Amino acid sequence: MPRFAMLAAALLAVMTGGPASAGDAADRAAILSGYAEQAAADDPGFSGFTAARGEDLFRTRWAGGDARTPACTACHTEDPRAQGRNAKTGRPIEPAAVSVEPDRFTDIDEVEKQFRRDCDSVLGRACTAREKGDYITFMQEQ
Amino acid sequence: MRAVLLALPLAVALGSGPLLADDDEWMPPVTHTLTREECGDCHMAFQPGFLPARSWNRMMGTLSDHFGDDASIGIEKANAIRAYLTANAGDVDRRGAARGYMRWITPDGVPQRITENPAFVREHDFRPSVWQRHDVVTKSNCLSCHKGADRGYYEDD
Repeated sequence: MPRFAMLAAALLAVMTGGPASAGDAADRAAILSGYAEQAAADDPGFSGFTAARGEDLFRTRWAGGDARTPACTACHTEDPRAQGRNAKTGRPIEPAAVSVEPDRFTDIDEVEKQFRRDCDSVLGRACTAREKGDYITFMQEQ
Repeated sequence: MRAVLLALPLAVALGSGPLLADDDEWMPPVTHTLTREECGDCHMAFQPGFLPARSWNRMMGTLSDHFGDDASIGIEKANAIRAYLTANAGDVDRRGAARGYMRWITPDGVPQRITENPAFVREHDFRPSVWQRHDVVTKSNCLSCHKGADRGYYEDD
């Protein structure tokens, strides 16, 4: 690699915080627009995500999956800005609120993995794209 | 007292792993980042020395029913974690507490629950009220009492 290219690459890595840098608001926006496309495909009447529906999803006692996790709040507590605790393993969980944890919902693989596990555990089924977008929209305002 | 004074430098001279911990209160820590991260999504990544390689092999092949939960991950990640856990399993690297845990495992045994090993049970003979403390949640939550557990330290706290 020519010296200039190496220097430029090194400079770029420093400026962007390197390849392992945490995600940001733009990554989260991209994830939301992906879910919006899916939601529109699922339901032609879809007209955008709402934080209010996301909060309902968060607080509803679904009791559809594991008895230890009837609601999202079983692990995340009633306050999205508070530290939670995994109701099965006891592991502390960092707050889901974006204001406290700015890199929440910025890695699509992590987001999909967590929704797959948690929706199954709480609702006893997969979440729809609309539900995922509503949830992120709610947490974004917390 | 004299015996202690004589024994201390001896212990330091013989010790190969941990500082200031009895051999059975230390387990070689998890040094593989992917293992720490993926297992750590839901619980502390348990040190591979607690189970023999065949146990980790079975566990990593049955993640879709991981103690009742679907803990599936991509096959490439699962294989990398399996390789780390089996290469450092208790029957491969017998340092620290691994030796004591392996002593109880029968030649054809493929245990999955670390908390059922007699080496665990005899050190955790507590009143029910201890297990019912709200921050404990489950017997596998090492960190609620052993603050250095994720670094391999299991002193009595």
